[in-house]
Amino acid sequence: MARRANAYGRGGPLVYLMALVVVAATLGPVLYGALGGFRSNAQLARDPAGLPDPWVFSNYTSVFSSSAFWQYTLNSTAIALITTVVAVLAGVMAAYPLARYQFKLREPLFLVFVLGLLFPAAVAIIPLFILVTQDLGLGDTWWGVALPQAAFALPVTVVILRPFLAALPKELEEAAMLDGATRVGVFWRIAVPLSMPALVTVGVLAFVTSWNAYLLPLLLLRDETRTLPLGVADFSTQYSADTAGVLAFTTIAMIPALVLFLAMQGRIVSGLQGAVKG
Amino acid sequence: MRRQRLEILLFVTPALALMAVFVLYPVFSAARMSLYSWQGFGPMDDFIGLENYLRVLTDEVFTDAVMHNFIIVFASIAVQLPLGLALALLLNRRIKGRGLLRTIVFVPYVLAEVIAGVVWFQLLQPRTGILERTLSSIGIPVPEQGFLGTPDLALATVFVVLTWKYLGLAVLLFLAGLQGVPDELHEAAQLDGASWWQVQRRIAVPLLAPTIRTWVFLSMIGSLQLFDMVWILTGGGPANATTTMVTYLISMGTQRSNYGIAGAASVVLFVIGFVMALAYQALVLRRDTKADA
Repeated sequence: MARRANAYGRGGPLVYLMALVVVAATLGPVLYGALGGFRSNAQLARDPAGLPDPWVFSNYTSVFSSSAFWQYTLNSTAIALITTVVAVLAGVMAAYPLARYQFKLREPLFLVFVLGLLFPAAVAIIPLFILVTQDLGLGDTWWGVALPQAAFALPVTVVILRPFLAALPKELEEAAMLDGATRVGVFWRIAVPLSMPALVTVGVLAFVTSWNAYLLPLLLLRDETRTLPLGVADFSTQYSADTAGVLAFTTIAMIPALVLFLAMQGRIVSGLQGAVKG
Repeated sequence: MRRQRLEILLFVTPALALMAVFVLYPVFSAARMSLYSWQGFGPMDDFIGLENYLRVLTDEVFTDAVMHNFIIVFASIAVQLPLGLALALLLNRRIKGRGLLRTIVFVPYVLAEVIAGVVWFQLLQPRTGILERTLSSIGIPVPEQGFLGTPDLALATVFVVLTWKYLGLAVLLFLAGLQGVPDELHEAAQLDGASWWQVQRRIAVPLLAPTIRTWVFLSMIGSLQLFDMVWILTGGGPANATTTMVTYLISMGTQRSNYGIAGAASVVLFVIGFVMALAYQALVLRRDTKADA
């Protein structure tokens, strides 16, 4: 009986073996890419599974010294930042009255955002392309990609923020109002600072989604304004013979998202789980 | 009262304006486009009614694309659900390095689909790629045109890569659900002499049902919108073996300037997604919201 209680829910050798298989399958492709970047094409052709011998650094250094790479990184960063700021700002502003005011159209208004979850960008992509490039003249610009991305990030932002704002204690805001503060002042000075944790969560989600986006940038951005995913995809078709170079470029492009994820792991996880529960 | 209305307007206007311009207007204009024959220049005045729909729905490339989407929807549920559940139960055990394992499992999900796709494209290169060379070195025959180049295998290969990419999300959500199972239940069941497997099967998994239902919903919606990975790995080929609804409408719209056809395909995609979401909500998810109330 005692033995069973000890074994319960713990790992035997079989469990660790399974865990090892999972780790290998998960990280294998990523590590293959990272190590492949340290090899020459000749090494890769001779023995695709081996370790670099000798270690070749030129693939990575040539990516870092290419101005195109830095341009892509700058574009990705700028677009993701604009998307995040616009989505979070517009989102928290919309979520606040939905959480705090009593008015007739409150639930229908909230429903607009909930239904927005059901409109994938893909459905609207061709008209968006025409709207942004022809009507607004924002083709090949950061804003041209960031604004539609922010709009499509709004539903999930509002859906996560509303219950969070509603759960904040009302007393602080009421006291401030008694002291003569306006609603708008209360919003900026009390509600927004108090909801920082939730704002960071939705901000990280918006940032990562924008950073990884492909479809909309593919249609809207060319040449100098391309983002990292577009750069990686184009590089891999243009220099398909240079496997080691492609692997090095791809590996470097992975790093920002991975670092952001490791730094913000808790927030991303709770955000996703919140989105699922909401 | 007037003042309050003004405040509400001030707060919600930016969000509503963004949604109206960049979500609602494009969706409606896709619907409008679908009723015209339009190549993208000049006035949109050649009204042809439902002809585009007729052409889309009788185009074998599109009906195959719909089928591919549904194959991915069902394969995801049939493969990723049990696999994700097994991994979540594994990672929920008190084993060493559990935190690290959880992080590792989630790594592919964080990567851009494009970047994951480019790496896998290299792994899957016919003849020179590591997968083929490893398989043939241990005596497993590999297809002549490579896994992505063989029509019969291409969709399955794309699905394997998608599973690698998205399994982490399922594991993460299931683990969160398992956290909601109180320790007392485990202890009580143990005291009654239940084995670990019995506890998982009779207690943990049933209590996980709402999370599973939500994951199925997310996975379904995601599978219907599949684009990035396919575009990188196969571009919809070979011989249209991996087209999806979105790759179809993108190639119709951007490469052939067949905006009317692309519009009709968008509407069909939307209707399929909408109907499935509503049906799932009504038939399956309703139980969860009811239980909450």
